[in-house]
Amino acid sequence: MAWLTRDGLDRLVEVLRERGYRVVGPTVRDGAIVLDELSSARELPAGWGVEVGPGHYRLRRRADDAVFAHSAGSQSWKRFLHPSRAKLWSAERDEAGFRVSTEEPEPVRYAFLGVRGCDLAAIGVLDRVLDHGGRYHDRRAGIFIVAVNCTEPGGVCFCASMGCGPGVGAGHDLALTERADGFVVEIGSERGAEVLAAVPTRPAAPDQVEAARAAVDAAADRMGRAMPAADLPDVLTASRESDHWTDVASRCLMCANCTMVCPTCFCTTTEDVTDLTGDHAQRWERWASCFELDYSYIHGGEVRTSGASRYRQWLTHKLGTWHDQFGTSGCVGCGRCIAWCPAGIDLTAEMAALVEQRKGAGDDHRDDTAPG
Amino acid sequence: MTTATTPRRAEADPWLPLPYYVAANHTETPDTATLVLRPESEPIRPFLPGQFTMLYVFGVGEIPISVSGDPEADDGALVHTIRGVGAVSRALRHAEPGTAVGVRGPFGTAWDLDGPAGSDLVLVAGGIGLAPLRPALLHALRHRRRYGRIVLIAGARAPAELLFTDELAALSARDDIELAVTVDRPGAGWIGGVGLVTEPLAALRLTPERTTALLCGPEPMMRFCASTLLDKRVPPARIQVSLERNMKCGIGLCGHCQLGPLLTCRDGPVVPYPVAAPLLEVREL
Repeated sequence: MAWLTRDGLDRLVEVLRERGYRVVGPTVRDGAIVLDELSSARELPAGWGVEVGPGHYRLRRRADDAVFAHSAGSQSWKRFLHPSRAKLWSAERDEAGFRVSTEEPEPVRYAFLGVRGCDLAAIGVLDRVLDHGGRYHDRRAGIFIVAVNCTEPGGVCFCASMGCGPGVGAGHDLALTERADGFVVEIGSERGAEVLAAVPTRPAAPDQVEAARAAVDAAADRMGRAMPAADLPDVLTASRESDHWTDVASRCLMCANCTMVCPTCFCTTTEDVTDLTGDHAQRWERWASCFELDYSYIHGGEVRTSGASRYRQWLTHKLGTWHDQFGTSGCVGCGRCIAWCPAGIDLTAEMAALVEQRKGAGDDHRDDTAPG
Repeated sequence: MTTATTPRRAEADPWLPLPYYVAANHTETPDTATLVLRPESEPIRPFLPGQFTMLYVFGVGEIPISVSGDPEADDGALVHTIRGVGAVSRALRHAEPGTAVGVRGPFGTAWDLDGPAGSDLVLVAGGIGLAPLRPALLHALRHRRRYGRIVLIAGARAPAELLFTDELAALSARDDIELAVTVDRPGAGWIGGVGLVTEPLAALRLTPERTTALLCGPEPMMRFCASTLLDKRVPPARIQVSLERNMKCGIGLCGHCQLGPLLTCRDGPVVPYPVAAPLLEVREL
């Protein structure tokens, strides 16, 4: 473990930029903490924290000048790994019919600075879903990840109950734990070691390492929420016909915010566009949402017309059938869908209601078969 | 139509349509045509019966269509039977010979025709559902001795909506295949069966343990057929259905085709009935 000062963090950003990385990290803009390209560590949100609740997000001034002491904002790293809009190809009409071509600019080499446990897990989920070679692979391959162990969970956070935080898991190049006067740094890869060697550090003292670890451990107990400890895929399969979906749908606006802010929601649609001459066509891939009515359209009508069926699809996929499809949960406990839901719908509460309802159903069943 | 890509990933891009052209367009019914496509250069990989491709019409769009041709045809022809119900399918249904189209695929699971030698095959098709079953039927006829009985039950709303009528006529003359054709609304001169496909299916005397059933058509039709077969004690796992959902990518990346745990483009379209049954029972799943 190494000890990095605040000046050392500035130097780390410089070193990454010197190596051709575009450094992306949290910064304050428009009353929120967003992810954007940083020209220096001075652009990090020093002294800013956030106050988060269902349907609620506000910046707040902190008493210190910590740069990573804020929980997730509306954006996630998905924005860079799986852009909201990407051109797949273009086609030009020609004498043989048409000609399809792709132009594939070298993918941008990003360094992600400040990736929390939840979001590092989310990148792992996206890798499982989308990394089959191709564009995602090309974008992903060159990315340098500076992760951050979380010591400041927010009011909607529940990564501890999802097993994704507050400490970061595998998959980073460097991992920082922020302390009042600097950072404990852990090396996660050879590439990370090589970059860190170019930054002035000193070995971290055992008490610094211990204090950092204790701060991360303590964060696990300060999560605003927890996902119920139950076999969620089982509960969801058993709850397909539950009346609770109608209850959620009476509150849900079908706005799709939850899917847009979710760091793992990966669904896209394709859009074919032509110009006015009709000789030039393009196909674009853009984010889509299972809350959109035409998401499930087949000739004759949409499969999921009711709000209840669309919320059921989202929650059941996220916490249940994702396991069948990709061998992991689709939820990492970042809490974004709770904060950015205009109706303040909280998936941990909805899941808890379903778990309770199943317990009730189990009791009913026992009653039915009980003698007398 | 030609394709140009950067050499870095010339072959591997599953998003990129390969250039084909319409070699022939046979009208099947007023709204349905069988298109024979030929590659401009490289063909797609060989397909298995039951698989689908994504067909692209320049400037209109792309849709999933099951292959309806002979899986062992060696003339390079790729055959699809398309009912015009939306912008792309109508453009394909009316595509003149020579029209360039793009093809991606083949994608998805295939009919399992590898049951024990001597298995009886029962194919039940509703409407356009005959198209995805046709490659399975052609395969079985080509390897006729590998199978026991072959039964084909084809239903349509009206006689004018029946597909592959010349082929059905030729099949009815064969004594090694049992054919039942039925329509909901018979017109003047119709001498075939009248009613739902479940009726001739219910009338079959089957040896259930050696029966493999392939069902393709509207979901209620497949559920009722499966229920009829289960009543006859056909093992559930020997019943297969072909499912339809919205598909944008064909390769499990876009999410649209989900049906419960299934990504229909990857885990389907052909699904064993025990997997499909509990999913089809739930409205709007």
